Amino acid sequence: MLKSRVIPCLDVKDGRVVKGVNFVDLVDAGDPVEAAKAYDAAGADELCFLDITASSGNRETIFDVVAQTAEHCFMPLTVGGGVREVKDIRKLLLSGADKVSINTAAVNNPDFVGEAADKFGNQCIVVSIDAKKTSKPGEENRWEIFTHGGRNETGINAIEFAIRMTELGAGELLVTSMDRDGSKIGYDIELTRAIADATSVPVIASGGVGNLDHMVEGIRDGHATAVLAASIFHFGTYTIGEAKQYMADAGLAMRLD
Amino acid sequence: MKVAVIDYGSGNLRSAVKSFERAAREAGLSAEINLVDTPEAVLAADRIVLPGVGAYADCRRGLGAVSGMVDALHEAVIEKAKPFFGICVGMQLMSTRGLEKETIDGLNWVSGDVAEIQIDDPNLKIPQMGWNTIDLTRDHPLFAGIKTGPEGKHAYFVHSYHFVPENPDDVLTTVQYGGTVTAVIAKDNMIGTQFHPEKSQELGLSLITNFLKWSV
Repeated sequence: MLKSRVIPCLDVKDGRVVKGVNFVDLVDAGDPVEAAKAYDAAGADELCFLDITASSGNRETIFDVVAQTAEHCFMPLTVGGGVREVKDIRKLLLSGADKVSINTAAVNNPDFVGEAADKFGNQCIVVSIDAKKTSKPGEENRWEIFTHGGRNETGINAIEFAIRMTELGAGELLVTSMDRDGSKIGYDIELTRAIADATSVPVIASGGVGNLDHMVEGIRDGHATAVLAASIFHFGTYTIGEAKQYMADAGLAMRLD
Repeated sequence: MKVAVIDYGSGNLRSAVKSFERAAREAGLSAEINLVDTPEAVLAADRIVLPGVGAYADCRRGLGAVSGMVDALHEAVIEKAKPFFGICVGMQLMSTRGLEKETIDGLNWVSGDVAEIQIDDPNLKIPQMGWNTIDLTRDHPLFAGIKTGPEGKHAYFVHSYHFVPENPDDVLTTVQYGGTVTAVIAKDNMIGTQFHPEKSQELGLSLITNFLKWSV
C-alpha cells in the first residue's frame, strides 16, 4: 500500500539554512547538507529545499548544496526557487535533485510547465501554488494565486489554476496557504481538499502546521498524499519519527521502517 | 570490476552513480563506477546500468542520439550477457514499445509494452508517487536478504506508466496500486526496477549490492 509522506522543507539562502535548524546533534545547524543528513537518518520520506537566494550572483550556490546532499542522502529531493528555464531544471537534476518545483514561472508563463513536463516527464515537475482566501465570510469559498511571498495578487483562481497546471503536465502540486503560513493553526484544509479533489495528481499540503493533529488532518480531511512542514521539525518540537508514528496511530498508512 | 552508468542526457545521474559507489564501498567490493557516454566505454564495462528520469520517447531518442550506443548495448547485454540494471525509464526501455504520449519502439529485450497504469479507484492519484511495499513472485539472487511483502521494506516509486510484458514470468516483483502493477522485470542477465533504488534507502542499497555481486 502506498504510504502518506512527511516532507521537511528547508529554506536555503546563499547556501545556508535560514530560520534556523535546532537539532541536538548537528555540528553546523546552518548547513543544509548537515540538516538533510539528519532528516535522512530520521526517516523523512522526502526532502524539499527552497532556494530563496535573491541575488543572481549567489544563485549557483544551490547547485553545490544539492550536489553535496546527493552525495550523502539516498532519499528523494525536490528543489524549488528561481526555476525559470529548461536549463535550470537540467542543472538541478544533474546536481542530484529528483524533482523541481516551479512557482512564479508557472504563473507568468504556464506553457513552461508543459515544456518542462514534455522534456523531463510529469513526475519530475512539481507546481508550487501559493494561495490566499479572497472570499468574504458567507460567500462561496474562493482562493487566488499570489506571488512574491504573498505580496502580489494575480487575480487567478487557485482551483482553476491547479487544474490547468495538471493539464499542462504538472505531476504534483505543492499547495501552500499564504493565510496560514507561519501561523501554526493548521493547514487550510478546505483549500487543500478543493484542489486535491479537483485534480488527479498528488497534492502536498503546506503552510500552517503547529502540531501533529494538523498533519493527520492534511491527509485525512485535506485529501493530500503528503504533508510538508518546516519549523516544527527544525526547532525540534517534534521529530520525524514522532510525526510518522502519530499519523500511523491515527490510522494513516505510514512508512515506519 | 567496471560498472558503466550510461549518460544519455537523461535523469538524476549523480544520484545513481553515488548510490552504486556507496553500495560497493559498504560491501567492500572493488568496483569502479563510471558515468559513460560512448559505446566503447559500454563495451569495456563488466556491468551496465541504464538510469532514466523523464518521458519514454524523450529518453529513447536521447539514447538513439548517441552514435553506436544502442548497438553497443545490444552487444554487451544480449550477446555477451553482461549483468544489466535498468532504473525507471531505463527499465521501461527494455520493452518492445512505449505508449507514453506517443508510440515509440524500445530496445525490445523483453517483449511487451509500457502502458499507462489503469486504476479504478478515484481516490488514487496518478502518478503513483511515494513509498510502497513490493511483492516477490519467485526467488531471485537480487532479492537475497531483502524483506518484501506487506511488512517488508519500502521502495520509492514515481511513475504513471508501467511495463506489461507478454510473458508474465518476466515480472519479478509487483506493487499494489489500484491493482497489480509491475515493480521489477527480470530476465536472464537483466533486471529492471520501476522504483528508484538510488532513492530507496536500505532496500535500494541492498538491491544494488546484490547486483554488484550477481554472477549470471
